[in-house]
Amino acid sequence: MSKQQAILSTRGLSLSFGGVVAADSIDFDLYPGERLAVVGQNGAGKTTFINICTGYLKPQSGQVFLEGADITGRTPREITRRGVGRSFQLPQVFGEHTVRECLLIAASAKAGRTGALRPLEQLPNAADVEATLELLQLAPRAGDLASSLPEGQRKLLDIAMALVLNPRLLIMDEPTSGVSTEEKHLLMDVLMRALDERQVTSIFVEHDIDIVRTHASRLAAWIAGRIAADGPPEQVLADPVVIENVIGES
Amino acid sequence: MNASLLLLALMDGISYAALLFLVALGLTLIFGVMNILNLAHGSLYAWGGYVAATFGIVIAKAGLSPLLILPALVIGAVLTGIVLGSILEIGLLRRILTKDPILQLLGTFAAFMILEDLQRLIWGSQPYFVSDVVSLLGTLTVADVTYTRYQLLVIPSVAVVALLGLRWFLNRTALGRQVTAVTHHREIATAMGVNASRVSLLTIVIGAALGALGGALAAPTTSITPGIGAEMMVLSFAVVATAGLGQIGGAAIAALMIGLGRSFAVYLFPEVEVLVPYLIMVAVLLIRPQGMFSRVATRRI
Amino acid sequence: MRLRLFVIVLLAIVLALPAYIPWLKTPILLALSNGLAVLGVIALLRAGQVSFGNAMFVCLAGYTVAFTARAAQVDALVLILLGTVAATLAGALIGLFMVRYRGIFFGMLNLAFSMVLFSVLGKFGAVTGGTDGLRFDRPTLGFVQMQRDGFETTLLIIAVFVALVAGILVQRYFRSARGQQLAAIKTNETRLEYLGISAKRVFWGGYVLAAALCGLGGSFFALTQGLVTPEMGYWVRSGEIVFIAILGGSGHAIGAFIGAFVFEFVKLYVAAWLTGAWQLVLGAILLVMVFAAPTGIFGLLERLLRPAPALSEKRA
Repeated sequence: MSKQQAILSTRGLSLSFGGVVAADSIDFDLYPGERLAVVGQNGAGKTTFINICTGYLKPQSGQVFLEGADITGRTPREITRRGVGRSFQLPQVFGEHTVRECLLIAASAKAGRTGALRPLEQLPNAADVEATLELLQLAPRAGDLASSLPEGQRKLLDIAMALVLNPRLLIMDEPTSGVSTEEKHLLMDVLMRALDERQVTSIFVEHDIDIVRTHASRLAAWIAGRIAADGPPEQVLADPVVIENVIGES
Repeated sequence: MNASLLLLALMDGISYAALLFLVALGLTLIFGVMNILNLAHGSLYAWGGYVAATFGIVIAKAGLSPLLILPALVIGAVLTGIVLGSILEIGLLRRILTKDPILQLLGTFAAFMILEDLQRLIWGSQPYFVSDVVSLLGTLTVADVTYTRYQLLVIPSVAVVALLGLRWFLNRTALGRQVTAVTHHREIATAMGVNASRVSLLTIVIGAALGALGGALAAPTTSITPGIGAEMMVLSFAVVATAGLGQIGGAAIAALMIGLGRSFAVYLFPEVEVLVPYLIMVAVLLIRPQGMFSRVATRRI
Repeated sequence: MRLRLFVIVLLAIVLALPAYIPWLKTPILLALSNGLAVLGVIALLRAGQVSFGNAMFVCLAGYTVAFTARAAQVDALVLILLGTVAATLAGALIGLFMVRYRGIFFGMLNLAFSMVLFSVLGKFGAVTGGTDGLRFDRPTLGFVQMQRDGFETTLLIIAVFVALVAGILVQRYFRSARGQQLAAIKTNETRLEYLGISAKRVFWGGYVLAAALCGLGGSFFALTQGLVTPEMGYWVRSGEIVFIAILGGSGHAIGAFIGAFVFEFVKLYVAAWLTGAWQLVLGAILLVMVFAAPTGIFGLLERLLRPAPALSEKRA
């Protein structure tokens, strides 16, 4: 069987801040269709890795490839335009806009120069926005200011904004933190099914092991800037190193 | 340019820089403790000048020695600082602390507008001179160049005293350290028991007094007219922006740069004289937006 | 709908009053000129940025009009175009590096630039007329040479029309995707970048628009006065423009003109009553606005005019 081209790859990715090794020569490949969960203690380098892959940080050495193209050092804007969507640990939304407007603004990224001069509500992909609102159960609050939403829903909005871009790779930093336990699974069910339908590869940082077991097709455990274990979730979760260094904490 | 012209430009520059520094010091202090750019600061300079001129005229009319004008200037400035500074802090600044920065700026701009007109209502539009004390103090000759003692010695001395005095106050006194604490982090200082309101009031009054002192000291050498407030506002702001908001020692250096730059321009390229402060400001801001000495990262993408 | 009615009523008043009180033409023209400049600054306020230097574009346009009018027999309409283009080009050029800055640094750099222009205009008197400024003769308007009265009346009608069109177009821009992206700069620029939108490019567009509108206002101002002075570009003037934006209300394009008219007429009224105290009165009014009505007069009227406004326009 021929090897599929990785959608995201890193080679020798390294970055240290003032004595702390946040990324320690990371080699990594992610394949289309995978649902990768990322676990690790706080400060293990998970968010740093994501920040480097999405262009927010520059590595001191090493490279990042997106579908074979070298994207090392490119800006978040360029990387996003190449098909990567991202949501954040602390939801990044437009506080003074309504939920619907936030999504419309996200959708407007694809509008092009003349398209962007049309009224916001008349964007060609406005239908996408409505569909995404329904999908993430934000429709009842579509007309409310984003800042008035409770954290869990702001998280969803953050994810929705990334989703509306129709990315090929969606990276979510703690998508379910702030969401109530009952709703977590429901949300992930809906989300993952939608991602599968749209053939979106996903990476999600998670602290909830249950969620990892249920929704991840692959699990990578970060310890001190390196990937200590990488493979099917049950296998990684049974690894004694992982149990000692990662799961004990979450 | 020969040596005596050079010397003249140097002395001119130092004297002017000293004045700029005093006013800029007040502005940067107020910014440090309130995080608000006080657009009414130039008005404090103007009022200081007018009050000083008034005292001077009163002293002259009473037939007293013009030498009394010197202490009168300082007293007048301090009084102006206390009165206007307190009104500004209590009436305005402390009430806009939590407001949107644009509203804060406009609040101080409104204070500027009000003070401008009040000043015109009180003192009118005619120029005020109070130069007797300068002639009384006489001149000094250094290497063939004659300069007034007032401008060469008095003004720079006051500036140096202000700088050192403020440094000592901030580093060596308990109250001064409270000021520093509030400047760096108001909430944490309050949590540690510092009365931020009282500290702010004190700092504003000091800052206002410094601004007024600049105007008071300028009164014997320039005519006090409407419009000097607005002019000094942008000049002192140029010094503060070049140095970095809140930087005290840096403000001295920036003031020297601008003062000397301007005085040398007067002798070399006179047309460029008024441009120099703003050219320096543009140049510094383009290269290092946070100012020469600031350690804060700028909002630059 | 009520808003449209309000605008129509205002237009009617603005056009009809001078017929009965002819000397009102000049203040109305000045208010309209100011309003256009304020409209530009409102665009910047949308992105959460305040410029204390936009009077430089007003000034540049004014001097372009004056220089051109003194050099050749050029029609007023062409002069307006030239002035606006000059300001727009300057804005486009300056904007290239200006858009890297935010907040107080943005404000400071704009101020610095405007003071450089102000100083240059004041000092190089041989070319610029110095602090006295430049006078120029009344040009033709629509290729017709008119007397003062006819000129002012025609200019007024044109200004009203231009203001109306500018207001409508700018408001439409605010409601467009691009305008909303501009507003998003205020709250979360990082998010914009992570949506693939260049905040710098969007902001540049807003900056150029602001410069163009200030230029348009400056051109009308110059034609109204027949005189341009460096004062047009002074920092206090820039401050007044921002003042008017907050006074009128930065939530809607019409706020620019409401503010400009109130400003001009308070100034007129107070000057008649208490010479030299209009800054005092307006300063006091500004303080009241800052504390009690930061969304401006339009913000206060909004509830009356638009019972169900879009939430996104509630922003000041």
